[in-house]
Amino acid sequence: MAQQDLPAGGQGGVVRGRGALLADRLRRALGSDVVFSFKQSKVTMVAALITLIMVAGAILAPWIAPHNPFDLSTISLLDARVPPVWAEDGDPRFLLGTDDQGRDMLSTIMYGARLSLLVGFASVLFAATLGITLGLVSGYLGGALDSVIMRIADVQLTFPAILIALLIDGVAHALLGVSSKEDSAFYVLVFSIGLSFWVQYARTVRGSTMVEKNKEYVQAARIIGVPPVLIMIKHVLPNVTGPVLVIATINLAVAIILEATLSFLGVGIPITQPSLGTLIRVGQDFLFSGEWWITIFPGIALAALALAVNLLGDWLRDVLNPKLR
Amino acid sequence: MSDSKKPPLLEVRNLRIEFPTRHGTLVAVDDISFQIAEGEVLGVVGESGAGKSLTGTAIIGLLEPPGRIAAGEVYLEGRRIDNLNDDALRKIRGREIGMVFQDPLTSLNPLYTVGEQLTETIQTHTTLGDKAARERALGLLGEVGIPSPERRIDQYPHQFSGGMRQRVVIALALCVNPRLVIADEPTTALDVSIQAQIIKLLKRLCQDHGAAVMLITHDMGVIAETADRVAVMYAGRIAEVGPVRDVIMQAKHPYTHGLMGSIPMVGQHLDRLTQIEGSMPRLTEIPSGCAFHPRCPKAFERCPKERPNLVPADNSDVACWLYDQASAKAVGHG
Amino acid sequence: MASFVVRRLLQSIAVMLAVGLLAFMMFRFVGDPVNQMVGIETTPEQREALRVKLGLRDPIYEQFGRFIWKAVQFDFGISYQFKQPVSQMLASRLPATLELSIVSAIMAVLIGIPMGVYTGLRRHSWLSKIFLTVSLIGVSLPSFLIGILLIFVFAVQLGWLPSFGRGRVVDLGFWTTGLLTLSGLKALIMPAFTLALFQLTLIMRLVRAEMLEVLRTDYIKFARARGLSKRAVNFGHALKNTLVPVITITGLQFGTVIAFAIITETVFQWPGMGLLFLQSVQNVDIPIMAAYLLLIAFLFVLINMIVDILYYVVDPRLRTERGLAV
Repeated sequence: MAQQDLPAGGQGGVVRGRGALLADRLRRALGSDVVFSFKQSKVTMVAALITLIMVAGAILAPWIAPHNPFDLSTISLLDARVPPVWAEDGDPRFLLGTDDQGRDMLSTIMYGARLSLLVGFASVLFAATLGITLGLVSGYLGGALDSVIMRIADVQLTFPAILIALLIDGVAHALLGVSSKEDSAFYVLVFSIGLSFWVQYARTVRGSTMVEKNKEYVQAARIIGVPPVLIMIKHVLPNVTGPVLVIATINLAVAIILEATLSFLGVGIPITQPSLGTLIRVGQDFLFSGEWWITIFPGIALAALALAVNLLGDWLRDVLNPKLR
Repeated sequence: MSDSKKPPLLEVRNLRIEFPTRHGTLVAVDDISFQIAEGEVLGVVGESGAGKSLTGTAIIGLLEPPGRIAAGEVYLEGRRIDNLNDDALRKIRGREIGMVFQDPLTSLNPLYTVGEQLTETIQTHTTLGDKAARERALGLLGEVGIPSPERRIDQYPHQFSGGMRQRVVIALALCVNPRLVIADEPTTALDVSIQAQIIKLLKRLCQDHGAAVMLITHDMGVIAETADRVAVMYAGRIAEVGPVRDVIMQAKHPYTHGLMGSIPMVGQHLDRLTQIEGSMPRLTEIPSGCAFHPRCPKAFERCPKERPNLVPADNSDVACWLYDQASAKAVGHG
Repeated sequence: MASFVVRRLLQSIAVMLAVGLLAFMMFRFVGDPVNQMVGIETTPEQREALRVKLGLRDPIYEQFGRFIWKAVQFDFGISYQFKQPVSQMLASRLPATLELSIVSAIMAVLIGIPMGVYTGLRRHSWLSKIFLTVSLIGVSLPSFLIGILLIFVFAVQLGWLPSFGRGRVVDLGFWTTGLLTLSGLKALIMPAFTLALFQLTLIMRLVRAEMLEVLRTDYIKFARARGLSKRAVNFGHALKNTLVPVITITGLQFGTVIAFAIITETVFQWPGMGLLFLQSVQNVDIPIMAAYLLLIAFLFVLINMIVDILYYVVDPRLRTERGLAV
């Protein structure tokens, strides 16, 4: 549940100490208290179940969706803007109606959700890899390299993730040329979202690395001549999997929302293979002309997805947190 | 033992404090009774977890939920106070019963000056105006031994050292002249060198203001120097209560005996300190009958079966079957 | 205290320079400024001549120096897309964004703090549970979605509020305000609330968590033990201690608010700096991107420093020296 609150570890940046420490402390306090009260309520457990079903639907989309919204041969503009099946002009072929291109809403939503999840996971993976690597390097080598990396991290933390992602997205597209926008959109998105999140991983891993670095077996191995990199990987990494997983679950929720936001703003996934955010953007134009389903259904799906991932993340954090047992 | 005609200042009868938990109800304080006379210093001593602090907190009505007083009564000068509503209790707190907590660092609000906290308390319980309240505060600061009170009254808590802070806390507890002061480990968090000072100060001031003291501590030495009577608590029960000299020099209860033996005293020639085998049981695993019997070197058949009540033995009261007439005869005492 | 301020100032300047470097690199190496400025018919020689004239062939550090010098004077060049001076464009859109941000911040504080205090004091009441659920939703859902839902309900279905734009705006010379007209106010409500929502939930949960922690402290226990009234304990002591960190964190958040305005402005087509920035990203209009970046960085740095100083002022523990008189 960290969508927009103090992204990427808090507004530490130039105000380390008070601001960041308070923020972290509070986030920890908030997390356990709210989740505990949530679990008490049967209603929310049911809600969690429902949303989990939706996530499953998204993952299995290619196999269970009624239509393939990306197969141009099956789409006809004549089917455009059909309302949901229970409305007057509804068509049983399209349970939730169609969008302005004639694509079935239900299928498009499922594929879109799938895409959102894909981007989310990919960017978290990217951020984690980058962050862990930089953290290891920074913690082990120390010195000037460490200072530089940490300074960059600090400066980056001062800015909200959305701004960073937007910037990288824009610059990347500019460098790649506007024409290739559609093919590269996915990768640029993963890259820019991932790049806004590496800092947390780097910091955690760096801390652990610095602790391990001074232990005796590391010194011993160095004397023997074992490449220290191997030692770091073998010994530091296992220690950090716990915290890294916790950070990753928070990140996933934020990443999904960030992707949706960027797509909504028009700099994410383009309309040809839309994600939920893109759909919502397109649909917004049709709100006033009465074709509300083009925006509202993807909106509900996105809300459900966001809540699902948040709840799952909270539950996972609970499970991983030894203090709460 | 108090034998005056008018009721004792504080009387606790059959107090029982429970904590409902997911695993069942824990009994933290199990049916204890004691009295404090006017102006007297009662020490309440025992290991951590024996229930001493809870008793103090319960008396003043500040038990934190889910803890609650499950049974028993608390009487202040003959009036029952444990069943009062919040508002009535509030009037008693500070005015009639004061409390001193353990850690002076966290007892004072860091954002208000010492003077502000004093005058606020004074004006809550009296009708004094700002100036008069400040005068009173200044006087109190002087009494507790803060040098240059006019300057320090406008300073913040963090500008005082630990010992000075605790003096301020004592001033706060006494500022509207309560009849009873409950001091919960008042010196534990302080430097050893200052502990004696603060305890002496507390005792003297309470005497000057005519307040009785319930001194809760695990430090027997403090009790020996300061208290008139002492109650020894174990696993939520009172093992022994009586005049300080008697309890210390002629401990009756085997637990008290063990406690005394484990304290090194100047002038003693010992090869080693006596140790009581085992440790105090957890709240979830209190033994049947007498809670001390598994560790007691003098335990016999009756001990695990029934819980002993407080019975008189010389000048004290002891909760031990060794001193019960009937069973004592059976074991060959008495 | 003085050394503290100086240190922070130096830190801030360092950050600004770093961001400036980033902006400069964007300017120079992303896309070709010259190609953006001239028509198709211009010959390569003319382009090269233009490059030299613009100083693009000078050593990098000279160019950087010039860039910084100009930036300090608020000269950010000409927009590729709109062919107007960037600083003018930003200045004209600034009031819209600031009004939106400030109104939303005020909303968030006025609603969030009482909600937080209430849920802190009455932890188990049903109203608290409702507040907490609302806050969970407010934090989990993306803010653009909330904006759209609001539009759907209040503009499309009920027709009470406008779904885009600022309404009628009064020109005060250096500032344009929508606060003085009814249509301006109506147009402000939904965007301000959308922007306020995530702040509000954060503030509420912050206040609540802080309050719960404060209520567990010894000094609160001691205050109760002294017989102080409930009001004095909860509001005089607990609330005051709660608000200190809350105010500082909220202040720190204000920079984020301005950045998040990008989303809100897009949803409601609010003519502010955020929308301008977004358009510049879509159109690869580097001058605007760079200028916005610098402006935001400056705002962040400024706010951080102010809040740090504020903390110093508010918390007496930091104000006085650590020397203790025994």
